[in-house]
Amino acid sequence: MDAFKRRKIVNNIVLIFSTFAAIFGILWLIWILGTLIYKGGSTLSWEVFVGNPPAPGDNTGGLKHAIIGQFLIVSIAVVIGVPIGILAGTFLSEYGKNSRLANIVRDISDILMSVPSIVIGTFVYAILVEPFGHFMGISGSVALAIMMLPIIVRTTDDMLNMVPGELREAAYALGATKSKVITSVVYKGAITGIITGVILAVARIGGETAPLLFTSFNNNFLTYNVFQPMASLTVTMYDYAMSPYQYWQKLAWAAAIILTFGVLALNLIGRAIAKWKFKK
Amino acid sequence: MKGKGKLYLGDRVFQILAFLSTLIIVVSLFAIGITLYKEAAPAIHKFGIINFIKSPNWNPPMDEFGGLPAIYGTIVSTIISIVLSVPVAIGIAIFLTEIAPNRLKSPIGIAIELLAAIPSIIYGMWGLFYFAPVVRDYIQPVIHATLGKLPIVGPWFSGFTPGIGLFTASLVLAVMILPFTAAIARDSFNMVPPILKESAYALGATKWDVMKDVVLPYAKLGVIGGIILSLGRAMGETMAVTFVMGNQPVIPQSILQPATSITVTLANEFAEADTKIYLSSLFLLALILFVMSFIVIAIGKFLFLKKVERGK
Repeated sequence: MDAFKRRKIVNNIVLIFSTFAAIFGILWLIWILGTLIYKGGSTLSWEVFVGNPPAPGDNTGGLKHAIIGQFLIVSIAVVIGVPIGILAGTFLSEYGKNSRLANIVRDISDILMSVPSIVIGTFVYAILVEPFGHFMGISGSVALAIMMLPIIVRTTDDMLNMVPGELREAAYALGATKSKVITSVVYKGAITGIITGVILAVARIGGETAPLLFTSFNNNFLTYNVFQPMASLTVTMYDYAMSPYQYWQKLAWAAAIILTFGVLALNLIGRAIAKWKFKK
Repeated sequence: MKGKGKLYLGDRVFQILAFLSTLIIVVSLFAIGITLYKEAAPAIHKFGIINFIKSPNWNPPMDEFGGLPAIYGTIVSTIISIVLSVPVAIGIAIFLTEIAPNRLKSPIGIAIELLAAIPSIIYGMWGLFYFAPVVRDYIQPVIHATLGKLPIVGPWFSGFTPGIGLFTASLVLAVMILPFTAAIARDSFNMVPPILKESAYALGATKWDVMKDVVLPYAKLGVIGGIILSLGRAMGETMAVTFVMGNQPVIPQSILQPATSITVTLANEFAEADTKIYLSSLFLLALILFVMSFIVIAIGKFLFLKKVERGK
């Protein structure tokens, strides 16, 4: 009976520890989000979104330049990364299947996914910033696109694999060519999954700072020229948070709240679509 | 049959485009390695790789560059963060798979995963302005008064600082990788066939008995693989540690003191490097980090997770 009692006690200790671990994990989320709402919430106003960048020491101004910069940099990354990623995922799933080559590419893509983002930043600096002699918004997009690629390849590959083979056979039986089958039948069956992958990939790169530090750099003025240094929410946040000006620090927290809730919203949307579509 | 040739041409073009896209992925990875090596070449020639890794002097004004402080900071902060976060992550995974009522499983799981979605710069800012003061006022004094008094290892845990340093950075990293490790552990636990667990329960085992003797042994490889991948993530993490590491290019006497890491050095100094050898030395640090994370991923993925996939 004693051994039984001891087992029960050990069991209860472990269960209590596990429950506390889960509560502990959620407490961090609450602490961090609470900090953001507390610090950023009071600054948030229309001015923050549409105001021009503040001069040092000024008490007015907003993040228009950073929001537009962020939007341009991420959009171009999507334009570069998404088609290449989807095509590569298509190749793996529809042409490569389980061939040796396809499996090697899958492994390489997984490794690429785990390359530290700052290392990708240094790489893009070497190929796009150093040769041109100055930082550019578009080089930030390239760095982010490289980070998106493996995520999109993986999800596209998985999603296309889930499309039943009978659909393809039916289309072939009607005399369609392979590319026609893929573009008008297979993609249709997998489109929600692919879109989910893209949304999650954007959420992932949207909050990246490290690869932008020395590719798109920063710019305290509004610019639409992607061949010039360009502000992003994340790098602006970094510079403003470390600045001596109180108003800049406030704007940094406002940027933090905008970015975090944007990224979390994208995440939840991506998950909701995936759940709605794939869970019965 | 008119237009059929055109149709086949379109087919070819599509296949070639798909293949070229695949090629871009492969080329990207190799291009990163080759480019970093090429850019690091002047530093490699001047200092030699081994000497660079061994040398503790990082002195840009004198054009002296040694990677040891940054490499040391990267390795030590990674190890501390793993040691601190793995038990909690496994606890969370046990809670999610074995304890939580079905209704709570999904919301709690999502809440934990959202922790992983928060941008790393947010961890950095929160770490510097809110977490570091807590470490300074409540955690450091305790560590200093307890572990700091121990013989031999005492100096490692002693001293007072403004709250930023190797230890604070490791704590922030631990929180960052917590959801990642927990998610992989949970997925590995979920792969255990229910019938194995049920038969153990039928023999009168408690939940912990089942975890210890059935689930953990079965899920072992997946959990270890997940821990190693988290380790790779902690190693390459930049913004979360840049704010709280202190950026001192020295090997600290105590883990409570400011230090640096490869990513922190790159983030702080890359855009400012004014001489060729300075920039080249930073590229060499990036190359070392690339190789380190490559090795870690290879071990985690191919030694442990591949076996899990095969075993499925």
